[in-house]
This record gives sequence, structure tokens and C-alpha cells, in this order.
Amino acid sequence: MAAERIAHKDLPEPRYEHGADDYVFVELDREMSFDANFRSMAITQEIAERDLAGVEEICPGNASYLIRFDPEELAPDELVERLKSVAAETDITEYRWETRVIDFPVLYADEWTHETVMNFRENHQDPEATDLEYSARINGFDSAEAFIDAHSGAPHLVTMMGFVPGLPFCFQMVPRDRQIEVPKYVEPRTNTPSRAVGYGGAFTAVYPVQGAGGYQLYGRTPIEVLDVDQRLPDFAESIVFPQPGDVLNFRRIDREEYDAIREEVEAGSYEYPIKETDFAPEDFFEAPDEYNEKLLEGLYA
Amino acid sequence: MIEVLDGGLSSTIQDDGRFGQYHIGMPPSGAMDGFAHRVANALVGNDADRATIEMTYGGCDLRFDENAVVALAGAAMDGDLGEESIPMWESVAVDAGDELSLEFATTGARTYLAVAGGIDVEPVMGSRSTYTLVGIGGHEGRTLEAGDRLAVGDSAADPADLAGRSISDEHVPEYDETIRIVLGLCEYRLTDDSREELCSTEWKVTPEADRVGYRLEGVELDFEPREQPFGAGPDPSNVVDLGYPVGSIQVPTKPIVLMRDAVTGGGYATVATVISPDRDLLAQCRTHQSIRFEAVSVEEAVEARRRRRERLAEITEGLQ
Repeated sequence: MAAERIAHKDLPEPRYEHGADDYVFVELDREMSFDANFRSMAITQEIAERDLAGVEEICPGNASYLIRFDPEELAPDELVERLKSVAAETDITEYRWETRVIDFPVLYADEWTHETVMNFRENHQDPEATDLEYSARINGFDSAEAFIDAHSGAPHLVTMMGFVPGLPFCFQMVPRDRQIEVPKYVEPRTNTPSRAVGYGGAFTAVYPVQGAGGYQLYGRTPIEVLDVDQRLPDFAESIVFPQPGDVLNFRRIDREEYDAIREEVEAGSYEYPIKETDFAPEDFFEAPDEYNEKLLEGLYA
Repeated sequence: MIEVLDGGLSSTIQDDGRFGQYHIGMPPSGAMDGFAHRVANALVGNDADRATIEMTYGGCDLRFDENAVVALAGAAMDGDLGEESIPMWESVAVDAGDELSLEFATTGARTYLAVAGGIDVEPVMGSRSTYTLVGIGGHEGRTLEAGDRLAVGDSAADPADLAGRSISDEHVPEYDETIRIVLGLCEYRLTDDSREELCSTEWKVTPEADRVGYRLEGVELDFEPREQPFGAGPDPSNVVDLGYPVGSIQVPTKPIVLMRDAVTGGGYATVATVISPDRDLLAQCRTHQSIRFEAVSVEEAVEARRRRRERLAEITEGLQ
């Protein structure tokens, strides 16, 4: 497995689409790939650096990005021209960023998401199985245990933030043939516990607050992704914790550790184990498993 | 201070919105009908970004501890200020101790109450707007309840000059049932027939219509068959999760138009976007009301936006 590399994906011509008068949506690809995501990050960073008058929001996405702007200050066609020129000058083979490698404890098959899962069986593709059992089966795993091992066996990259404040979309850092892919619920649930860890399409999501949701549910984390009161030390700069480009290492924990971490989080004293390092995409593409190992080195020292 | 005696059905404090945070998943919030919110502010001499009370379907009952000047704009609501009935689209002097009692909206869905000086709550990330999902902004991040006490900001103007101002009838909006959209985003997912049906169908606003989004009922829209791209998920309505513009129309099956407390992104195909001036009109559409979409060009959308801004400027100037 160590010899596996991730093949670069040739991206199609981007599509520049107008969202009425005040948005431009740019689709870099219709399918998910690291190339499309790195390009979204690189281009949106460059747009931010150019500080274009009239641009009001810059939102990187998984394989796309979204701009909100004032069309009376910057005409829609003019904006599209600017975006095309940024794209022409962006080469992701030279793109690097400072990343945070973060320990992300998860209590898989916890009692709270299990209860939710059982309450909404009629909304699911397979009412007879749990979300973990169903996801394991359709992805070719022998058991839910083996599936959990795979999900927690390699780190995940935050490729987009959104839906609600603080929710990270995470894409596992493995070659395509090892990517997990699952459908969303047939009918969305009206309830999901806060801090639930779910999966839909090719993405893990962590639900910041209790609410509706359609992702398959696998577990619950004791740590927060959103802290509106900024009580926890890692939220000093922002009310949300994850950022695009972060590497989250979902680590399987037991109930005892869950309770211990939760107690510290509730006391406002928990500090997230973080390692800061440079992310070099080419090295990652070349030997992802080795590169991931290197990224995690020292995180648990 | 203003004391809330009855918070109505769903009333929140809103201003122009909280921008610059969409990339962390934070929607702008702010007044759903920005036009009415701004006119209400202009009537009481406030800058456009002062906070007003947005009342949905049912009005509040309020008691004023001090003299004030107030104005109502948006959905027509009957109500009494002390012994007198209170007009819409007109500024009115309030004496300390007066009670304002508002009824249900008769046309439209949202009424804005502006107070000279604005409702003064602590701004959060640059805005006083309430975003109830995570409980920030406004009064304790939630809808108003009996017993809440709201501070009023300082007004630069002399209250004596502010009362009795109104806007001319031509400026009072008619809550039209035609909502203009620009087709695009992921509209390639729709079949030709469904693209046409989006604009020819009479859509009904369902009871699931709130500050997050308006769910509509009409015909079933169909997607072009395709092999789903990697990462999107197997349902034909799924796309690789992407950013949703405010005003965008997504099609899980029944269309949903995202409003000011929008979910900022997700995995359903978006097929069009309501133009910015018409988001105000849609915010005044009530449950069970019918609407139609009219496709316009980006240029027409920008032109409509410019006309709305000029109209607001004209109203504000006319009041000075």
C-alpha cells in the first residue's frame, strides 16, 4: 500500500456562472479531487490577496468557489475576467501552505448518535442496519469495526467550511480506490445531536449544533468546532475552529476518554493537540501514506 | 428602554446583515425585506444600518419607558398606540408610558418597527442581526419574549422634527407575485422541460418558509440522467458539496429558495438565483400564496438592483 500514489486529475475548463446580480459561482470540476480542491484554495487565496474593490465574500468550496460582490462597483463580466486571469496565473504545483495537523477524538458508535439513527430508520436506505453497518457493507468492508478502522486509519483534509457555522467538510487523504463513498439519507432527519460525526458523498462532516441533517452518522466527538462565546483557548481568534487546509486525524477513543475530554471542554480548559507544519502537495501525491505518517509524527509526542 | 409585553409570533432584531463570514458557514442574517427595513429607518431619521424589529405575521406589544419616534414599514399591520391607531409608512411620536399593540399582518409577511436611534444591542461580528440557529446577535440571540427590555440608541435628530413624516404612495411597494431569477449555477442538471417548468409553474409557498429558506410546491422537476460524479452521492439531485448563494434555488425535489439565514453550502443542485431586489419581495410572500418565477438576464438583474438603490436614495432625500 505504501507504494500507492495519487494520480493528478486533469481538470476541465472551469464554468463561470452568475448567481443573479451579486454572486459568481465557479465550478472547477463536477467530481471531487485533491487537484480541484487545492486549486480552489490557491485561487481564492490569490483573489483575497488582490483585494479587489467590490468583492465582499470569498468562499472556497470542495471543487468550486463562490464570490459575493457589489455589481455596481465591479461589473459581473469584469469580475469574471479578473477571476479568469487569476486562474491563468495560478499553478498548484508550486502551491504550499502552512497546515495544522489536529488530533480529533471520536467515540464511534456512541449511544447518542445510535439513538438518533434508530429513531430515523424509516428515512434510511436500509432500515434493518445501522448507518455504520450499511456504510461498511456498500463500501466492501466485512464489519463495522473494519469500516471504523478505515475511517480513522488515515487523516482527513478540511476541503470546505459551510452549511452552518463551523461545519467542516473533510476529504480523506487516501487514493481514490480507498475513498469511502455513501449516499445521504433518503429523507433528511429532523434531528442530529451536536458534535455528531457523519458522512455523505465522499465527505465527513462534524455537526456543530443540534439540528436537521442527512449524513450517515458514525459517532460523536467530545470537542467543539463552534464556540460562539469563545471560551476555549483555541477559539481566541475565531468562533469556529476548523479552517480549509487543516488536517484532522479522527482518532477512535473509548467512553472513558470521551467523558474526560468532555469535562475539560465544558470547563473551558481543553487545548486541542495541534502540530503546525508545511503542506507540500507534490510530496503528498507521490506517496500519500508515507506523507500522512510524516504529518502525524510528533502530534502525539 | 422598550419593554416587550408580547413578542408576537416570531420577532427578531435585525440590521443590514453580518457580511464577510460566509466562508466559515455564517449566513448574513439581517432584515429579510431590506427595502422595508431601510424605509422604516429613514422615516425615523436613522442611518440604513440601524437595527429594527422584524415581526413575522404577528405583531408585538411594547411599552415605551421614554419618549421616542417610531415607524412601521413592510407588511400591513393594524395596531394601536395608546388610544390611537398607528399608520404604516409614517413616523409617529411616542410618549413615555405609551403602549404599542400590533395585530396580525393583513398583506405581506414581515413588518419592521424602527425607533429613532435604533434598537441598541451589542454588535456581534459587526452586526446587531439575530441568527437564532447558533444564538448570536440581537437580544440574547433569540426571538423576542415578554419581559425582554430593549435599549434605544442615540438619535442625532430632534424628535420634534422626526414625527409625522411619511413617504409618497408611489414609493409604497406592491407585494408582487412575480419573482425575477437568473438561471444558472447547476441548472445544466435539469431537463429542458423542467427548466421551462421552473418559470411556467405557479408555485405555492409551503408552511416550511422561514428565515433560512422558502420551500415551494408545484410540479416535480426532473434531472438529466447521468453517471453521478465521484463525491456527489448517488441521488440525481446531488452535486459535490458547494457554496449556495443567498437567493439561490436548490432542488432536493421540491424547490427551496435560500433566504437571509441560509445554509451556506451543501450537496443539492442549485438551478437559479432570485435577483437581490426581489429577495425583499419574496420575504413578503406568505405561506399558501402563489408565486411565479420570471427569468431575466444578469444585466437586467443589475439594472433592477440599481433602481432599488436609487429609489431608496430618493425616499431618504425626500424625508430630509
